Amino acid sequence: MTTDPLHGVSSRRGPEPKPLDVKPLFDWFFVLAALAVIGLYVRAIYFTPIEALQGAAQKIYYIHIPAWLSAYLSVGITALMSIVYLWLHDERADRLAEASAEVGLVFLTVGLTTGSIWGRVIWGAWWVWWDMRLTLTLFLWFVVAAYLILRGAIEDVEMRARYSAVLAILGALLIPFIHLSVYMFAARLHPMPVVLKPSAPSLSPEMLTTFLLGFGAFTLLCIALIRARYRLGVQRDMLAALEDVGGGGVS
Amino acid sequence: MTGPRAPGTLAAAWLMARKDLAIEFRTRTAFFSALVFAVLAICIFYFTWDESVISPAERAPGVLWVVLAFSALLGLQRSFGLEEEDRGIDALLVSPISRESIYLGKAIGNLLFLGAIQVVTIPALALFYNLPVGRPLLVVTGIVVLAMVGIVAVGTLFSAMAVNTRLAELLLPMLSLPFFVPILMNAAQASWRVLAGRPLLESWPLLKILIAFDLVFVVACTLAFPFTLEE
Repeated sequence: MTTDPLHGVSSRRGPEPKPLDVKPLFDWFFVLAALAVIGLYVRAIYFTPIEALQGAAQKIYYIHIPAWLSAYLSVGITALMSIVYLWLHDERADRLAEASAEVGLVFLTVGLTTGSIWGRVIWGAWWVWWDMRLTLTLFLWFVVAAYLILRGAIEDVEMRARYSAVLAILGALLIPFIHLSVYMFAARLHPMPVVLKPSAPSLSPEMLTTFLLGFGAFTLLCIALIRARYRLGVQRDMLAALEDVGGGGVS
Repeated sequence: MTGPRAPGTLAAAWLMARKDLAIEFRTRTAFFSALVFAVLAICIFYFTWDESVISPAERAPGVLWVVLAFSALLGLQRSFGLEEEDRGIDALLVSPISRESIYLGKAIGNLLFLGAIQVVTIPALALFYNLPVGRPLLVVTGIVVLAMVGIVAVGTLFSAMAVNTRLAELLLPMLSLPFFVPILMNAAQASWRVLAGRPLLESWPLLKILIAFDLVFVVACTLAFPFTLEE
């Protein structure tokens, strides 16, 4: 592969990957992202003040909110690449969509878990259905999980790409409806859930810096993971192509 | 998209729906199994709450929507499974009707199938849960129709996709249920309010979401359907 996986998407089908050009999955980019995340937590734990109202529980923000941002970034890439795939039928768009969905699911899981832990401390309950973000993200998690299960259930490469792209696009259309529905449901029980969650104005400058660092570090990690997963996809397809040739049937 | 001698999109869709319903009418196996499942579920759910805490009339809407969602899945399952057996789908693809007609025909067939089940389950629900028969029940029936359109729209598309996968029967609920969430949430909330004797105007915002869902997903799924076919 000579093209940059993250930037070579908009063009038409690229040159066929050469069978022996195998790159290691963990590259400098990944190491950089890992270092940034480690740096972030050293800063968040030792060099960022404890929030006055929520105490130490607030520190989970530094993993929770950046994780959700990365989750939505990944899921956004999946939806976008699915549209690109149906439009251009470029298999690279499909691979990128697949990679982002898988990484998205990981970040969604992190977001849900940390959100639930935070809720236990602040709201006194592991789960509250009236919190829009938790509920919406839970259903998004189900859609992304269904997307990956669907992919696993189809062997034909072209069909898998088409079907999963259709599901991703419909999923993107679904999100506003779930959002609206949860809002209507929450509005009946609680006047406005946002008020309960102290946010930006209470942040001290140190906290804000840690937050911004967090967004940066997680975005880097997110891209590094998608990149690694994308390369894995490339190698998997190369292997499949080689096995195809070996078996005598070239598709 | 259709040739000069081919029927129009809607006429062809109606032909498709009639074909499916004729097959169903002759065997009636899927219909009766879905029907018995629905009534059985209604009866079983009766025993899952403490009668002295929550009255049967209060939990009836919840039962209605759970049963509706799962009996819909039963009907949708066979929609494209039917075409898979003797590769009937290939015959449909070479026939001079548009892809959209195939989808709409399947969807109309599923809607009528599901509707026929509700014709029995709603009275059964009223009977077993002691619901007052009157205007509120009629309004709930209207909400059921609104919800069915959305359920069938996405369910028909996913049925077409699921039959071509390795997981077939298992995949349809996994794909469909997340898409049923906004329908079921709003429909259940609205029917609960209507049955409690609240004015319909209070539920109007919920019904608006249902109508919007129906419109968006009927159009989106009709457009997406050709992508799910093997050429």
